Amino acid sequence: MTTTTAIPAGKKRAPAATPKRHPKREREGAAWVFLSPWVLGASVLTLLPMAVSLYLSFTDYNLFDPPHWVGLRNYTQMFTEDPRYWRSVLTTVTYVVIAVPLQLALALLVALALKSMKRGKAFYRSAFYAPSLLGASMSIALVWRAVFNDGGTVDNLFGTGGWVNRPGWALLAVALLTVWQFGAPMVIFLAGLQQIPAELYEAAAVDGAGRWRQFVSVTVPMLSPVLFFNLVLQTIQAFQVFTPAFAVSAGKGGPADSTLVYTMYLYDRGFVASHMGYASAMAWVLLLVIGVVTAVLFRTSRSWVFYASEGDR
Amino acid sequence: MTSMSTAAARKPVRWSRVALHLGCLAALLVMLYPLAWLLATSLKPADEVIASLDLLPSHLEWSNYRTAFGGVNDVSVWRLLSNSLLIAGGAVLGNVISCSLAAYAFARLRFRFRGPMFAFMIATIMLPHHAILIPQYIIFNQLGLVNTYWPLILPKFLATEAFFVFLIVQFMRGLPRELEEAARIDGCGPFRSFFQIVLPLTRPALITTAIFTFIWTWNDFFTQLIYLFDPDKFTLTLALRSFVDASSQSAFGPMFAMSVIALLPIVLFFLAFQRFLVEGMASSGLKG
Repeated sequence: MTTTTAIPAGKKRAPAATPKRHPKREREGAAWVFLSPWVLGASVLTLLPMAVSLYLSFTDYNLFDPPHWVGLRNYTQMFTEDPRYWRSVLTTVTYVVIAVPLQLALALLVALALKSMKRGKAFYRSAFYAPSLLGASMSIALVWRAVFNDGGTVDNLFGTGGWVNRPGWALLAVALLTVWQFGAPMVIFLAGLQQIPAELYEAAAVDGAGRWRQFVSVTVPMLSPVLFFNLVLQTIQAFQVFTPAFAVSAGKGGPADSTLVYTMYLYDRGFVASHMGYASAMAWVLLLVIGVVTAVLFRTSRSWVFYASEGDR
Repeated sequence: MTSMSTAAARKPVRWSRVALHLGCLAALLVMLYPLAWLLATSLKPADEVIASLDLLPSHLEWSNYRTAFGGVNDVSVWRLLSNSLLIAGGAVLGNVISCSLAAYAFARLRFRFRGPMFAFMIATIMLPHHAILIPQYIIFNQLGLVNTYWPLILPKFLATEAFFVFLIVQFMRGLPRELEEAARIDGCGPFRSFFQIVLPLTRPALITTAIFTFIWTWNDFFTQLIYLFDPDKFTLTLALRSFVDASSQSAFGPMFAMSVIALLPIVLFFLAFQRFLVEGMASSGLKG
């Protein structure tokens, strides 16, 4: 994200250097015309709902009767009296911790393999990317359920039984579906790798650096902004996983709540049990957690993400 | 001397190349297995679906597709398909129009609060959908629009998918400013400049937006699950969900026949536009 947000900030200076009073004012009106759909959407469908969901999180609301103010009750109930809530938190964190590093490691590995390829690179790149588009579909989620079920391929090959019916394993099946979709971060890694100037490797080789040394001293630092971008994006997305967990567990989060991810429990509380206030409180905690995790990632990134442009300019 | 050293270096390099290709092909086979399984199972007779490692069925059971085309809950596949197409088409139209309008303002025009508004737009890329979902649902419920397609299409006409606004902004920033400046000197206002100069040049970004919107909307499950109840308003994705609950083995073949039908448009889109898709993905993260 920094790679991208850092650039607009730098480019902002250029237009300010051309001051033209009259056209500027005329353009201001035009700007608001162009912006009007976005302004309407951002205010009515984003900002207002955020405020409303914050308000609802302090109420008891079932969609039919007017909201009833209960103060912090939803939050205290969530944190102290609802074991399923904590179960869903644990499940989600476990899933994120398994799926994201595995997916990114595989993405980087394949990107490195493809980088040096002369022939077939475009073919592999597209083929590995395909699951990233197909994998989000209900169709593939259903395939996953059948393949990891009793008598399915995985059972037949490894004799580990149906993962889908075993509390310790079902979440792993969901995580593997995410890992399978490593193509999107891979494509971004590959684009990043190709932007590393060849001279850097040549200079390192002249200095006597071997392959591993080149990887550690040239590739990793040069790729760190891209790695960081992928890490933030995939982590945020992983916290919101829903469809595969829903399909693998036939919409129930089982067995024994082992695939009850956070958003599924939110759906269950809000849209199945009609506790909209409680679900809103859950949504706000999710918002805060994602905000905090992103902030922490940004904070730690200072020590390991390297921006070449900082040295140049 | 150089020619000799490269000739000497060539042989080991070539072997590692072969190993690299073999590794990639092996990985691809594993990756493509679920897709092959899906296709094979959609053509298998009921008794061969489970407890058989063979991908190939003993004979092709086309009746699975006949059953699937019969539909789910008395709703034909054609109906489900056209519902899916309507929603995805509406979303594409909405995103392309509204996101390009907003992007032009952010990329090229000056206005008050531009900085903070741009920052807010970027921040909403990270905003979890769930934080605004419930109030959005309540709003649409109050308007009597639940169980219609409006909640699925209308937000796209209001540029709520900030990711695409950002993508187009990044692309527009890369276009030469001189073209518009020349046009402005010739008396061209911001509207003509947008429609006649910037928009045609932005076509690659618009195509990327359109394709991604189509595929993501087509695959979307959560929003459709919440907003649509009537089986005749269902999309293919939602109809597949009806199979999730009824896990009887006899429905296995037809269920996966239906899955293939639901996946087909994405596969076709992928084959037709893979260059745009892959490049769109790569540039969305990196381009500046």
